[in-house]
Amino acid sequence: MTDKTEFLNGNTACAEGAIAAGCRFFAGYPITPSTEVAERMAVRLPKIGGTFIQMEDELASMAAIIGGAWAGARTMTATSGPGFSLMMENIGYAAMTETPCVVVNVQRGGPSTGQPTMAAQGDMMQARFGSHGDYSIIALAPSSVQEMFDLTVKAFNLADRFRTPVFLMTDETIGHMREKVILRSDVEITPRRELLEGELPFRPGPDGVPGFGTFGRGLGVHVTGLTHDERGYPATDSADLHEKVVRRMVRKIEDARNEIADVDIVNPDAEIVFISYGAPTRAVQQLLADYPGIYGHLNLRIVWPFPDAKLGEFGAAKAFVVPEMNLGQMAREVRMHTNVPIVTAAKLGGALHTVAELKHAADVAATAKAPVTEVVL
Amino acid sequence: MTLEEWYRQDRLPHIYCAGCGNGTILNCTLRATNELGLDRTKTTFVSGIGCSSRASGYTSSDSLHTTHGRALPFATGVKMVKPDHDVIVFTGDGDLSAIGGNHFIHACRRNIDLTVVCMNNNIYGMTGGQGSPCTPYGAISTTTPYGMREMPFDLCAVAEAAGANYVARWTSYHVKELTQAIRAGIETPGLSFIEVMTQCPTSFGSKNKMRQVSQMVDALRANSILKDKADRNKAAGIPLEPGKFVVGELVRRSNPVLGGRP
Ligand SMILES: Cc1ncc(C[n+]2csc(CCOP(=O)(O)OP(=O)(O)O)c2C)c(N)n1
Ligand code: SF4
Repeated sequence: MTDKTEFLNGNTACAEGAIAAGCRFFAGYPITPSTEVAERMAVRLPKIGGTFIQMEDELASMAAIIGGAWAGARTMTATSGPGFSLMMENIGYAAMTETPCVVVNVQRGGPSTGQPTMAAQGDMMQARFGSHGDYSIIALAPSSVQEMFDLTVKAFNLADRFRTPVFLMTDETIGHMREKVILRSDVEITPRRELLEGELPFRPGPDGVPGFGTFGRGLGVHVTGLTHDERGYPATDSADLHEKVVRRMVRKIEDARNEIADVDIVNPDAEIVFISYGAPTRAVQQLLADYPGIYGHLNLRIVWPFPDAKLGEFGAAKAFVVPEMNLGQMAREVRMHTNVPIVTAAKLGGALHTVAELKHAADVAATAKAPVTEVVL
Repeated sequence: MTLEEWYRQDRLPHIYCAGCGNGTILNCTLRATNELGLDRTKTTFVSGIGCSSRASGYTSSDSLHTTHGRALPFATGVKMVKPDHDVIVFTGDGDLSAIGGNHFIHACRRNIDLTVVCMNNNIYGMTGGQGSPCTPYGAISTTTPYGMREMPFDLCAVAEAAGANYVARWTSYHVKELTQAIRAGIETPGLSFIEVMTQCPTSFGSKNKMRQVSQMVDALRANSILKDKADRNKAAGIPLEPGKFVVGELVRRSNPVLGGRP
């Protein structure tokens, strides 16, 4: 097998990445601007022994990929904001049952049905905290069509490694933009650790992650969204057990944030440093090309768990500028981990940040004194 | 295998109230899987949320106890990935037809190869006896203190209209017939829907002048009309009396199936 180079949109590249990663079950419900992911899967999966199913809604799609995961497949669904909201209860179920699966959110303008064909990054906090209760997840944010392919592969590996739902938090721009993409044939696939005969299905290994008791192996695994003991049996009235279980599930991801972190660091000695993810990253890259050597850049390919240690690499930073297609959701997270002033460059409505706007934000940042300054673009 | 081996012995005793019909229905289901000689390693039980849905936790096979109303889409995912598995769903009347109503009609429409055992106790048992879409007209519940003012669903009629290949209704009194119906359901490709009218002495009986479990079981038996008799009555223009329901095999057909054995 050799690599293929194609000119594809991001959503199609995402589907190809999933297939390369071994995804063989996709359940979804149409919603702009994510639908091309499902359409590509519908064409491709039946030809390679996989299954595509269009469900009656997003609650069902999320449920189906969890069921499919326990039945042994690598599974994925794709949606946008309104569908993501509907998935939340079952996303919590996936977290509680430690089910590896991948959810793609091609973000559009919200709240509600908002702007179906315009880009946004308004669901970043929902990805992290959207379901009820305490839990942790992993989320990636591609900023090119190539990354749609590569990070989709990575999402599956992380899902299996940490037994958790993993989100690909992209946006309409990346989903619909066409770029050259290398469809790699030799992608690395990290196998999941299967539960061994005699092991308890929810007893964590040394890394806090239990082996996966895939159905059909005769292990007789019981899976429940109720608080459960290491056998997987409901145990809902022990404060100690609930605390232990929830803390372990959060820790297995939060404690690995440095291992999970995936960033680009440019000009670490700069005083004005941009922090970006997804579509705004492209504008920041253009600014850095136009004004070489002046600005620093922390590009986040993993947004959750937030790679806070990477902020420390910018020892000379006088201000962080965070351009986002929302009213400052990740800027708020950055704020939690630094005393350096922050300038939020928020933009709504789907229009991308221009280089001039970023330059203006950098100029404001150069004199920023307040902990958080919002720059009007 | 023996019947006992189908039970997850270290989970017993179960949480059901004394006199609850759910244990009987679980027993009939596992009797059916045992009599059919199903491969336990290739049998998956899936359930939603409610007293009825706790049944999956008492089986010794792989089992998924999911979210309220969503058992069918979870089961759909399992079946699509493992078509050689027998996938059996336990659900309650509220779980299946209120919050899960849309999934119910679509699972039937797809005619996906699942066996659905619905424990219909006419009430929300687990949350303490609120009205469900199957609470009979006029019945008392904690949310219908003056009597239910909405008409109930006929779940079997819904399953038939939506496209299920096999539909049957029995009660927790008819243990032999019920076991046989579950067997037939498992053997019939496509969606098999078996509704079991059952007693919930705690939440339904106590409010509706049936404090004794025996009264509830007697009422189930007395209100059952065998399909043959109901058909004869219908031909003679005699309508089904209010409060009575038809029991027996209601539908058996061989429409195209999704997710059937390879
Ligand atoms: C989304 C959601 N809404 C509400 C509930 C609360 N709830 C738990 S069980 C139940 C009703 C179950 O009734 P039914 O399906 O008839 O089963 P039974 O307990 O009677 O067997 C409800 C409403 C829930 N768990 N999840
Ligand atoms: S509340 Fe009703 S349905 Fe639930 S266990 Fe008790 S008797 Fe059975």
